[in-house]
Amino acid sequence: MDIHEYQSKEILSEYGIPIAAGGLAYSPEQAAYRATEIGGDVWVVKAQIHSGARGKAGGIKVCRSEDDVAKAAEELLGKKLVTHQTGPQGKVCHRLYIEAGCNIEREIYIAFVLDRQNESVTVVASAEGGMEIEQLAVEKPESIIKIAVEAAVGMQPFQAREIVFALGLDKTQVNQAVTTILGCYRAMRDLDANMVEINPLVVTKEGNILAVDAKMGFDDNALFRHSHISELRDKSQEDVREMNAADRGLSYVGLDGNIGCIINGAGLAMATMDMIMHAGGEPANFLDIGGGASPERVSKAFNLVLSDENVKCILINIFAGINRCDWVAEGIIQAVEKIELKVPVVVRLSGTNVELGRKMIEDSGLQLIMAETLKEAADQAVAAWKETGK
Amino acid sequence: MAIHLKETTKVLVQGFTGQIGSFHSADMIKYGTNIVGGVTPGKGGIKHLDRPVFNTMKEAVEATGADASIIFVPPPFAADSIMEAADAGIKFCVAITDGIPSQDMIRVKRYMRRYKVSDKMILTGPNCAGSISPGKSMMGIMPGHIYMPGNIGVIGRSGTLGYEAASQMKEAGIGVSTSIGIGGDPINGSSFKDHLEIFEQDNETKAVVIIGEIGGPQEVEAAMWSKENMTKPVIGYIAGLTAPKGRRMGHAGAIISAVGESAAEKVEILQECGVNVVPNPSSFAPIVQGVLDKAS
Repeated sequence: MDIHEYQSKEILSEYGIPIAAGGLAYSPEQAAYRATEIGGDVWVVKAQIHSGARGKAGGIKVCRSEDDVAKAAEELLGKKLVTHQTGPQGKVCHRLYIEAGCNIEREIYIAFVLDRQNESVTVVASAEGGMEIEQLAVEKPESIIKIAVEAAVGMQPFQAREIVFALGLDKTQVNQAVTTILGCYRAMRDLDANMVEINPLVVTKEGNILAVDAKMGFDDNALFRHSHISELRDKSQEDVREMNAADRGLSYVGLDGNIGCIINGAGLAMATMDMIMHAGGEPANFLDIGGGASPERVSKAFNLVLSDENVKCILINIFAGINRCDWVAEGIIQAVEKIELKVPVVVRLSGTNVELGRKMIEDSGLQLIMAETLKEAADQAVAAWKETGK
Repeated sequence: MAIHLKETTKVLVQGFTGQIGSFHSADMIKYGTNIVGGVTPGKGGIKHLDRPVFNTMKEAVEATGADASIIFVPPPFAADSIMEAADAGIKFCVAITDGIPSQDMIRVKRYMRRYKVSDKMILTGPNCAGSISPGKSMMGIMPGHIYMPGNIGVIGRSGTLGYEAASQMKEAGIGVSTSIGIGGDPINGSSFKDHLEIFEQDNETKAVVIIGEIGGPQEVEAAMWSKENMTKPVIGYIAGLTAPKGRRMGHAGAIISAVGESAAEKVEILQECGVNVVPNPSSFAPIVQGVLDKAS
């Protein structure tokens, strides 16, 4: 689960990370009021959306008067921002964070990630702040400093010092920077975050360390023990269909193709999508309905897949193990009888009691196209989709 | 031979008396798995499915001489159960549980480093369908009958995709020595490479199929290792050619978040390392058969 910049900053400041004075605003009036409250003569109005690269998308505005702040807020609230992370559909900004401006001397990149290679929390830092890490890895790989944290004892001060000196920070900034780095690690560990990124961490002209942007992501599997983090969820930033699916215990990812997929198991779902591509089609979605494939799940899956207008054909591929094919077939029949099907449906069953399951579907009199193998299923789905286009 | 589990392997079930644990334990017993008991804290002393229930793993191992365990404990408590198994002297552990927090798994992996290599427990999963040596023993939730005994080793992340591969092979008359599920989580107990090393030593295994997917470094690591060290042929498939970057495809670990983690990139490296790549998921059997024909 991702959270907003202002929420990340609130959390991190409790762990000793220095942030500028700031406040949240939902309207231009509130934004101007926040600016007065904060004081000073430079403010930054920042669109709160779940994405990086907001600056390039016009989501960050530097203002020099309360009026400017209100104007910037007017422009940003309700605006759809498109970045390379949001995809072409973009994300709508409903909240603004108004922050005191600062005089930037230099910018540093620092992030804490779950490193699958080392199986540890790893700190990634670079003196080239402001750039994105993917870009850094390609353009300036030599600038990247990496330190793995030993899980048994947690991050040690010497490790933070190594990073700070490697970044070439002035000795007057060392303590502040070490506190910041150790604080980020503790926040990550305590709250089961899977990512903490401060980009940039700046050194101000006055010689202070300041987190100018902050991003945190959390391990969904650990939210059960952090109810105060779960409460930070902003559903307006999430894909409606994916959220509905998750609420129903299904795993769904929307894509651009026309062939809707209903499959049990994540690996088989990806493989079936590969097979569709191989057959010359494009999947409209990833959908894992879980190992069971109960009638309720199948019928929820149908509703979900059909809510995508681009779907011109549906491919169901269920490998029935412990739950036999006859039981799965019954579920499919029940689900199809309940809805008015306007698109062709290809069904491929395999596993336990497969003959019985196929026979039940054939005898049901429903207009379902039966396939025996994975290849046949993909070929028929692609053919049926092409047929609808004629 | 087969690896990790044989007819004689004595298996304990952690989370034995729960609904899911009971259901799959009954199925494993039916298959012929030598289940010698189970653990549910607080229920020690009773009998369940005709087998003794214990409060702790240490008691259970002492009383039964078990050397393997399978875990059906809910996610908040599963990491604890894995460490309990390791500490009780279990040698092979299958963690079925889906949804264990990543940082719990990091702690588990760190904890297991306290044992000497010779005493170290082999952990498979979490979030896997389990492992099976067809005709001998099954520790998992798979339908046992789709696997035919034979001499192909299988290592895979996904449950149902593994079933698909096994049933395609059975249809073509190709059997399996042992099939190992390593699970779909980002931090898992053991990797493709860990099991390739063991299959390489197994007399009964002639070739190994690895069934990978997008995300993480383990498929590539296995391919590079096999290039230098495997005498037996390796066959590989990577699921997720259509998966977009940065999106989680069901499995917690199936996400392209770094260079080299996409299916296309992994396939390219597998090919460079001499792995026989299965080009699409309907051709497991012909590719494996082709490799066997060439080897004989």
